[in-house]
Amino acid sequence: MQPIEKQKVQELLKQFVNQDLYIHLETTNGAYATHRDASFFNAGAFIRNAKIRYEIGTIAGDGPFRVGLKMDSGWVYGEGLTHFELDEKGRLLMAGLDHQGRLAIAFELSKTPFE
Amino acid sequence: MIESERHVLVIFPHPDDEAFGVSGTIATLIKNGTPVTYACLTLGQMGRNLGNPPFATRETLPLIRKKELQDAAAAMGIKDLRMLGFHDKTVEFEDEEKLADLFSEMIAELNPSLVITFYPGYSVHPDHEATGRAVIRSIGRLDKSVRPKVHCVAFSNNCEEELGKPDIVHDISAVAEQKLATMRAHRSQTALFMEDMENRAAAKDPETLDRLHFERFWTYQWND
Ligand SMILES: [Zn+2]
Repeated sequence: MQPIEKQKVQELLKQFVNQDLYIHLETTNGAYATHRDASFFNAGAFIRNAKIRYEIGTIAGDGPFRVGLKMDSGWVYGEGLTHFELDEKGRLLMAGLDHQGRLAIAFELSKTPFE
Repeated sequence: MIESERHVLVIFPHPDDEAFGVSGTIATLIKNGTPVTYACLTLGQMGRNLGNPPFATRETLPLIRKKELQDAAAAMGIKDLRMLGFHDKTVEFEDEEKLADLFSEMIAELNPSLVITFYPGYSVHPDHEATGRAVIRSIGRLDKSVRPKVHCVAFSNNCEEELGKPDIVHDISAVAEQKLATMRAHRSQTALFMEDMENRAAAKDPETLDRLHFERFWTYQWND
């Protein structure tokens, strides 16, 4: 993965428009956040291989970035994105890495199911 | 003194769960001729460390950690490593009865005299808790007279308060190098602090040496 280049990611999001896709979306503080700091309220979500089709895909912000996908009847968005890669399988992998380099969000689109 | 066993079955959900608190015990058992099976439920595919700058992605991490787990097993001398194919952070959502069935089958096959796992209620991560619960459920099905011993790892903030001091303390300083090699094998997860830890060990920092040389377990307390 490399630091997000906004224009490049915008072009890639456009290339995935109006197709049947699979999405992986995950946010996390790690399972130990509350163990280390009892005052920390831990929340996160994970969805993998949900089918999705969107008509508008936009990257916004100046970094960390936000990505929103407008669907026929709803929205998906993620924030805190810092890195991206178009991998060898043609999947758009985006991630937000915190100041220590740990993953805080993953936002990925693929034309075939994730294994 | 670590007793020899007929067979030891180690059951943890994540690659690297064995590294910090159990790898010295495993290496010692194997060195003394006890066969050890390590059943690891997931590939730790939800791990947050991807390297800094990142050398892994969410999608390459499982394969990287699989290789690390195999390297770690080799460092401890484990011949029987079983990767059970579950998904990281989902173990608690599985059917616990079926999970226990899986462990019961393994116990019937291997006939271990000792099982090592997490202490349910005291092991923090939901996967640790779910794994420990299912292991205890599977062993609890056996008649008291034939149950293997269960040595548990616990590290919740309240564990000593509620369980007391660990009743099993293994001095594993003789295999400290193997323990370090096991930790090093889990590169994607440990690289950030290994150097610091080895420097502290070289400087004879008492807390670091204690963690490197001693491994602590609680014998599971049955209610029946
Ligand atoms: Zn773990």
